[in-house]
Amino acid sequence: MKLVLLRIQAVFIKELIQLRRDKMTFGMVIMIPLVQLILFGYAINTNVRHIPVGVVDISQTAISRVLVQTISATQVVKFTHQYFSIEAAQAAIDKSEVRAVLIIPNDVDQRIVTHPSAGFGLPPASDEESSRPIAQWLVDGSDTMIAGAIKSLRYMPLAELFKKPANRYTPTFEVTLLYNPEQRSAVNIVPGLVGIILTMTMIMFTAGAIVREKERGNLEMLIATPVRSIELMLGKIIPYIFIGLLQVFIILGIGYTVFGVPINGGLGQLAGVTLLFISASLTLGLVISTIASTQLQSTQMTIFVLLPSILLSGFMFPYEGMPVAAQNIAEVLPATHFMRLIRGVVLRDVDSIEMAFDVYWLILFTIAGLTIASLRFRKNLE
Amino acid sequence: MSAAFTGNFAIRTRRLCRRFGELIAINNLDLDVEKGSIYGFLGPNGCGKTTAIRMLTGLLKPSSGDVEVLGLNLPKDAGKLRLKMGYMTQKFSLYDDLTVKENLHFVANIYGLSGRPMKKRIEELLSIYGLNQKVVQLAGSMSGGQRQRLALAAATLHKPELLFLDEPTSAVDPENRREFWEQLFDLCDRGTSILVSTHYMDEAERCHKLAILEDGYKRADGTPDELMESMDAHVVEVEANNLRQLKQSLMVLPEVITAAQLGARLRVLISKKVIDPLIYLKQQNCIQPQNTILIVRPSLEDVFVTCTGTSRQ
Repeated sequence: MKLVLLRIQAVFIKELIQLRRDKMTFGMVIMIPLVQLILFGYAINTNVRHIPVGVVDISQTAISRVLVQTISATQVVKFTHQYFSIEAAQAAIDKSEVRAVLIIPNDVDQRIVTHPSAGFGLPPASDEESSRPIAQWLVDGSDTMIAGAIKSLRYMPLAELFKKPANRYTPTFEVTLLYNPEQRSAVNIVPGLVGIILTMTMIMFTAGAIVREKERGNLEMLIATPVRSIELMLGKIIPYIFIGLLQVFIILGIGYTVFGVPINGGLGQLAGVTLLFISASLTLGLVISTIASTQLQSTQMTIFVLLPSILLSGFMFPYEGMPVAAQNIAEVLPATHFMRLIRGVVLRDVDSIEMAFDVYWLILFTIAGLTIASLRFRKNLE
Repeated sequence: MSAAFTGNFAIRTRRLCRRFGELIAINNLDLDVEKGSIYGFLGPNGCGKTTAIRMLTGLLKPSSGDVEVLGLNLPKDAGKLRLKMGYMTQKFSLYDDLTVKENLHFVANIYGLSGRPMKKRIEELLSIYGLNQKVVQLAGSMSGGQRQRLALAAATLHKPELLFLDEPTSAVDPENRREFWEQLFDLCDRGTSILVSTHYMDEAERCHKLAILEDGYKRADGTPDELMESMDAHVVEVEANNLRQLKQSLMVLPEVITAAQLGARLRVLISKKVIDPLIYLKQQNCIQPQNTILIVRPSLEDVFVTCTGTSRQ
C-alpha cells in the first residue's frame, strides 16, 4: 500500500512539474475561464434589443410618423432605413440590410382610430372592421429569436398616440419570476459556463496528458516499470482536480463580483457537485486517451463531446424544448446533469440530495469510465 | 515449461512466435542467454529485434511458444519480472521537460525507492555516468550521449539482474559509443546479464554471444569467433583496375555469394562448395593474371551477409 501511494505521488509530482513548465497550458487554465466568462457574460443576451428595421410609409401622414416613434420607444427595434416601395424593402431584407420592415398602409389613420388598442373603447364600426391590424411587419424569420422579438410587438397598446392613459388590461395570469426577477441572462449563463469550461479543459487536459506520453514514447518506458495503470491514471488525474476547482473558483468569483450572480447554495454542496462533475469529465478524458493515438485525435474527440455538451446540455437552449431523441442523448452527457445540479445549488439553494438522480448518474459515469479506461489501457502496447 | 529450464540461463525461449495479422514478426525463435553475459541481436531494421525484446520483457504477449526469463514464466509472471529487469527503449523515453534529477527521482519512486536510500543511489549513478554537472539541466536540452547515459542510469537505478537495451547507440557518436560499451562491461562484471540489439557490426562483435535475425528468423547464433569460423563461405580480396566491372562479372557466377568494393579492393564471398577459391577465381575470364588475390580472415559483416543473403536475391 505504501508503495502504491509512493508511485501515485511520483506520477502526481511529475505531472505538476510538467504543468508548471508548460506555460501555455498553465496560461490556458486561467485564461480560458477568464476570457470566456467576460465574453459570454456580456455577449450572450437572450433579450433581443435594437433590431435594425426599415419602414415603408405609404400613408405619409402625421399619425404614421408618430406611430413609428412610438414603436421606436419600445427599444425592441431601431428604424435605420426608409424605403419607398415594398419591393425595395424586400430586397433590403434579402441582402440583410435590415431584419424586418414595417409597412404602413394608405388608410392607417382610419385603421388606428377604429382599432381597440388606440383606447377609444369599442368602436362603433362592425367587428370585422375593428379587427383589421393597422400595419404589417415583414420579418426575416430565419432567426427565431429575432422573429420572436418582433412578434412580441403584435399586441402593443397604442393609447399613447392620443395622449390617453394607457389601456390597463387585467392580465389573465399573474407571473412571479423566482430566482432571477430582473431576467438577467448572466444569472443563468454563469453557472452553466462552469459546466462548459470544465467539460472543455478537464477532458482535453487529461486526454492530452496521457496521449502525450504515448506520442513521445514515455509510455513504453512506463509500462516496463512496476507502475500499474490505475496508479498512473490517478496520479495524472489528481492535479487536474485542483485545476478544475481553481477554474470554478474563478468563474463563480467573477460571476459574483462582476455580473452579480448570487451564490445561494452552500459552498460544501457546490464543491461536492463540482467534484463529481470533474471526476466524470476526467474519466471521460482518460477513456479518450486510451482510444486516441495522437494529441490531434484526442482534441478532435474532445470537440466531439464538447459540442453536444454546449448545445444539448441545457446551457444554451432549454432541455425541455428539445425533441425526445435529443433529450435522450443529453441524458448521457455528464454536462446535462451537472447543469441541473449547479444551477440548482447556485441559484436555488437546492440540497443535492433532492437531485439524487443527477448525483447518482455522475457517480455511475465516473466508475464506468474509470473501469473502461483501466481495462483498455492495459492492452495498449498490443 | 520443464524443470530443466532453470540454472544458468537468464533467458530461454522455445518455438517463440509472434504474428501481427498476416505478418509473422518472430518465427520459432529458440534462444539461450547465459547469466552474466552480453548477448546481442544483430539484424537490419524491421527484422523483429524490437518485437523479440518486447516479448522478452513481458510487454507483448507471444502468439505461441515458451518464454522463461530469470526463472519466471512469461507472460504470466510479467509483473514480477518488472522489478528484476531494466529496459532502455530505442527512443529516449524519459521526460524531456524534466531535469536529470527529477527524472531519476521519478523513476526511483516508481521502483519504490525514496528518502535517503534514493538520494544515495542517485548520487552514485550521477557520478558513475558523469552527470554530476548536469543535475538541473532539462533532459530535452542534453546531447545524444548525455541522454543515453541518463537513460542507462534510469534503467539500472533499481540494480536489475537483467538489462534490455534496444538499439542503445543509434543516436550517439562513435566516441560516446565506446564509452557506453565500457559501462556495459562494468555492469556485466558486477553480474548483470545484458541483452542488446544493434545493427552495427562493431557493436555486435563486442558481445559474448549473438544471434543474427532476419525477417523474424534466427539465421545463426554463437560467439562472434564461432560464427566467423563456421561461416559457409570463403572470403577473398582481389586487387584490380576496373572493380565495378569486375564486380558485375563475378556476381553472375552461381558460386559467388556477393562481392563488395572496399577502396581499391573487391571483397568476394565464395561458397564453401568451391574447394579452393584461389584456383576457382583464376579460372574465371574476368580475372587477369596480374591481379592480386588473397584469402582473408572473415569479419562479422561477412557472416551477416552470408546468413541473410538468401532472401535478398
